[in-house]
Amino acid sequence: MKAFTVLDGLAAPMDRANVDTDLIIPKQFLKSIKRSGFGPNLFDELRYLDEGQPGQDCSQRPLNPDFPLNQDRYRGASVLLARENFGCGSSREHAPWALEDYGFRCIIAPSFADIFYNNCFKNGILPVVLSEAAVEQLFRELYATEGYQLQVDLPAQTVTTPAGEAFTFEVDAFRKHCLLNGLDDIGVTLESAETIRGFEARWQQQAPWLFGAGNRGH
Amino acid sequence: MAALTLYDKLWRNHLVEQRDDGSALIYIDRHLIHEVTSPQAFEGLRLAGRQPWRRDANLAVPDHNVPTESAERAGGVAGILDPISRLQVQTLDDNCLAFDITEIQINDRRQGIVHVVGPEQGATLPGMTVVCGDSHTSTHGAFGALAHGIGTSEVEHVLATQCLVQKKMKNMLVRVDGQLQPGVTAKDVALAIIGEIGTAGGTGYAIEFGGDVVRDMSMEGRMTLCNMSIEAGARMGMVAVDQATIDYVKDRPGAPRGELWDAAVSAWADLHSDPDAVFDREVVLRGADIQPQVTWGTSPEMVLPIDGVLPDPESQDTASRRAAVQRALEYMGLTPGMRIRDIRPDRVFIGSCTNSRIEDLRAAAKVVRGRKVAASVKQALVVPGSGLVKAQAEAEGLDRIFIEAGMEWREPGCSMCLAMNADKLGAGEHCASTSNRNFEGRQGMGGRTHLVSPAMAAAAAVAGHFVDVRRLEEELA
Repeated sequence: MKAFTVLDGLAAPMDRANVDTDLIIPKQFLKSIKRSGFGPNLFDELRYLDEGQPGQDCSQRPLNPDFPLNQDRYRGASVLLARENFGCGSSREHAPWALEDYGFRCIIAPSFADIFYNNCFKNGILPVVLSEAAVEQLFRELYATEGYQLQVDLPAQTVTTPAGEAFTFEVDAFRKHCLLNGLDDIGVTLESAETIRGFEARWQQQAPWLFGAGNRGH
Repeated sequence: MAALTLYDKLWRNHLVEQRDDGSALIYIDRHLIHEVTSPQAFEGLRLAGRQPWRRDANLAVPDHNVPTESAERAGGVAGILDPISRLQVQTLDDNCLAFDITEIQINDRRQGIVHVVGPEQGATLPGMTVVCGDSHTSTHGAFGALAHGIGTSEVEHVLATQCLVQKKMKNMLVRVDGQLQPGVTAKDVALAIIGEIGTAGGTGYAIEFGGDVVRDMSMEGRMTLCNMSIEAGARMGMVAVDQATIDYVKDRPGAPRGELWDAAVSAWADLHSDPDAVFDREVVLRGADIQPQVTWGTSPEMVLPIDGVLPDPESQDTASRRAAVQRALEYMGLTPGMRIRDIRPDRVFIGSCTNSRIEDLRAAAKVVRGRKVAASVKQALVVPGSGLVKAQAEAEGLDRIFIEAGMEWREPGCSMCLAMNADKLGAGEHCASTSNRNFEGRQGMGGRTHLVSPAMAAAAAVAGHFVDVRRLEEELA
């Protein structure tokens, strides 16, 4: 996983509430058995005028000119500014994979759906929760200013506007640690292997019906 | 000792390690696997040279991509026409073989939607932690289990460590008091709750469903209710264990037997919230107030009772809400002030992990028995949740009732709930669907989904428009 420290990035708007993971990456692309290559199909149904198919060359498809990511001013954006309950719906990790593959490393919103929020951290993406008022202000400034850049500083837990105004945000210590260092958290968990084995042995004594072949579903 | 909620107890029982930073390592008893969210996890294990921590904790079944047409299905994996779907299902078979994980394969008669199969096989038991790379894993909470969806990185994490890194959620009680009116079902209760608290109302919470209405529900009904927790924003929803739970679990293939069964039942007696447990939030609904529900928009919270009238964007209180209602009406091709009952579905879908169990099929069959699907309805699909549900329905003659009414009786799978196989809506088509999500494009690009109960879907199929199933007789007269 890519580490995340400080990001200076162009911001792009996704100005609607309750953006669900079906909208972020439609189901037909979930048939892939790979974890990369989803970027061209990010927001597929909003971004293109035709119906996308897996494995298609997206450079030949008709673009929806009204969709912000198709506009020159947002090209190369790495910060996505969004509204409340971003990432709701399905648990598909293909959603953060698509965002990351496209080039987004940070998403700022007033709230996120739980599973999506969690999935972001596993993929080097920082989801930042700011207040409704702060997000509203950022949207206003972004629309008013072409080339609107935000600085997202994970160690300091701040988002700073081009005018130098800084908003602080909260992030769990463990998630921050993993993201700052680009850590594979399976490796971290396996450092506790002895503790897990100890728990497992006690639990098996307490609830033996949860273990063994008799519980294999057939 | 402090009074605990059901969630507190399940958390406590599975706590491996509490860390200073507030995160915790939680032990996972059951890991369910399907073909869509697992290939990259197995690939991750392979790349890191890791093996599954505990093979017997895993159970796999393909469901999302599988064809539901009998002819295509007969060919098994090799017979799947879409090569990309075929590769994904084949990859699950290959991974389960390589890592020695039990898999119920595509044409095994026990195959079905993972959230139907788990409970049916007794792979889901009270007091377990159950996870799966699928947000509707909340379904299994109906058994007094701590059950929730995870992403693919966590699928890999569970495979490799039998644990997840978690932070404890807050507790929410949703209590539905009294009794439901006849013809009102668990699906209507779920939709009414989402209408009440909103699609993000449960974010950050573990929901426990309680109250007389929930106590009176069958296990199928409780599964429907817990299934839709995620549509209220909560990763997990659960119901306390009672006699109905124990009766359902008894003699399932994965259920303990003999002395072990007695020990388990006695341990399960603790799987309820203590009487004086404190919840961070409580929501109370009166069962008698709940009417049959129909969603009109593109979020499950955009829901109305059957006699409702579509909202006017102008009368919404915030700019964000005005924009959302406006956009939803445009996408759905509907106008403010229109009556729900005047919406005419082009297709009807009865199925999904929400509503494809035997009780759901019985409810739908009861409505269509001796009637015909309206001429304006292009297609009405009935997709049982598993091969065993299908066999049971056929033994009861339900398949004949559907077929005689002009409906299609299919092989089990996720089907049109998310349209990863050939079953999908065309652009602009309205669908009366017993599934769980009415998002834009969910059932096919440009498709327009209306979420309803099986009885309400069946009623819409025969009437040609949405109709109160309790007044179907007079409507058709």
